[in-house]
Amino acid sequence: MTELDSGFTLARQLLLAGDARLWNIVLLSLRVSLTATVLACLIGMPLGALLAVGRFPGRRVLVVLFNAMMGLPPVVVGLLVYLLLSRAGPLGAFGLLFTPTAMILAQMVLITPIVAALTRQVIADAWQEMHELLHSLGASRLRAAATLLWDTRFSLSTAALAGFGRAIAEVGAVMIVGGNIDGVTRVMTTTIALETSKGDLPLALTLGLILIVLVLAINGVIFAVRGWSERRWG
Amino acid sequence: MSTWLQLERLRFAPGERRILDDVSLALAAGRTVILGPNGAGKSTLLRLIHGLLRPHGGWLSWRRPLSQAMVFQKPVLLRTTALGNVIYGLKLKQPDAAKCRRRAEAALDRAGLLHLAAHPARLLSGGEQQRVALARAWALEPELLILDEPTASLDPASTREVERIIKDIADSGARILMTTHNLGQARRLAEEIVFIDDGQMIERTAVADFFKAPQSAAAKHFLKEEIP
Repeated sequence: MTELDSGFTLARQLLLAGDARLWNIVLLSLRVSLTATVLACLIGMPLGALLAVGRFPGRRVLVVLFNAMMGLPPVVVGLLVYLLLSRAGPLGAFGLLFTPTAMILAQMVLITPIVAALTRQVIADAWQEMHELLHSLGASRLRAAATLLWDTRFSLSTAALAGFGRAIAEVGAVMIVGGNIDGVTRVMTTTIALETSKGDLPLALTLGLILIVLVLAINGVIFAVRGWSERRWG
Repeated sequence: MSTWLQLERLRFAPGERRILDDVSLALAAGRTVILGPNGAGKSTLLRLIHGLLRPHGGWLSWRRPLSQAMVFQKPVLLRTTALGNVIYGLKLKQPDAAKCRRRAEAALDRAGLLHLAAHPARLLSGGEQQRVALARAWALEPELLILDEPTASLDPASTREVERIIKDIADSGARILMTTHNLGQARRLAEEIVFIDDGQMIERTAVADFFKAPQSAAAKHFLKEEIP
């Protein structure tokens, strides 16, 4: 009780003081997870659309695979990316291990299947509604996929959001490939894990609160955008 | 009237179901309306002719290939403006953006919708949405326009306007092939009636003769069911 109380008091002081170390951690978290989300969308959304619209051998297997990969444990992704980037690994020559780039890569691998699987679902529904029209107008499947990606852009914001939510909240992958180095690769989640185990609750609590507020705020923005778009475009 | 499409023993039977059974039919009129009860296979026939479905047997023999467009029962519109929807249809065939825009605007104008060009298409009324779909088809200047129950869910005023547009499209030289459950509409729009029932071709008759004295017992029965 008292520990929690003093934790909150100190947390408030940290927040109000504009502690530079704290904000660096928050900013790095945002940079890593937002970049990973953008990259995952660039790969996962076209991939999901092709899985929904395309007809090629192995499509069903890929759909099942991507759906299964939505539940990949972050630590396993971290381990795989670690092996790729470690000095002896195939990408070891680039010296990316324990850098923010490695963390972006790991989170991208983690959430691309989520974005792709959710996109596939959205595009499959739209395809169901529009495939006769698009065939009738002579659109190729590639063109149809692009058309539907644009037409469902507001629904797809939810897929991006799900990816971002997963990225910003995960610990395991960034911990392994980033190494949780103070001032270099320390993000909100890894700091919370570390500070809690050290017994420094105020910093952990502050970051926890910021994390929750951030996720809520981004959810709110996306919700508002979807509502606006439905009123604007139907 | 010379035959522009001959259907030879056309069969469509996915899985265990038999939707069309050896339909042989010559289409020759400028405006043909396909009538028949629900589940007769009217929509399937249109889709086979338009190339959206492939027959499991038989074949279609075109006198010469015709450029086609199709309008569906439920207008399918993209999340963009009314004009954007018409342009989208053109853009797939015509790379010149300025030309697309001019033709799209002209088509919207003919459909009486130019004042709604910048309006989000999906927020228009049901009747206006169907007219956007008609304008999109018309802009393509098809030689054959296929319509699947285009006024099924429209009020009388919208239905009248849609019929006016279909007539104008026919007058501009396109052949019309459509289905409807509105017998008054069939009377007003058709030159010939094709009657199908339970996947079978029953009769093809000039419109006046069909409504006065249909040749088949099935068509007689079908017409008797109409509520005056």
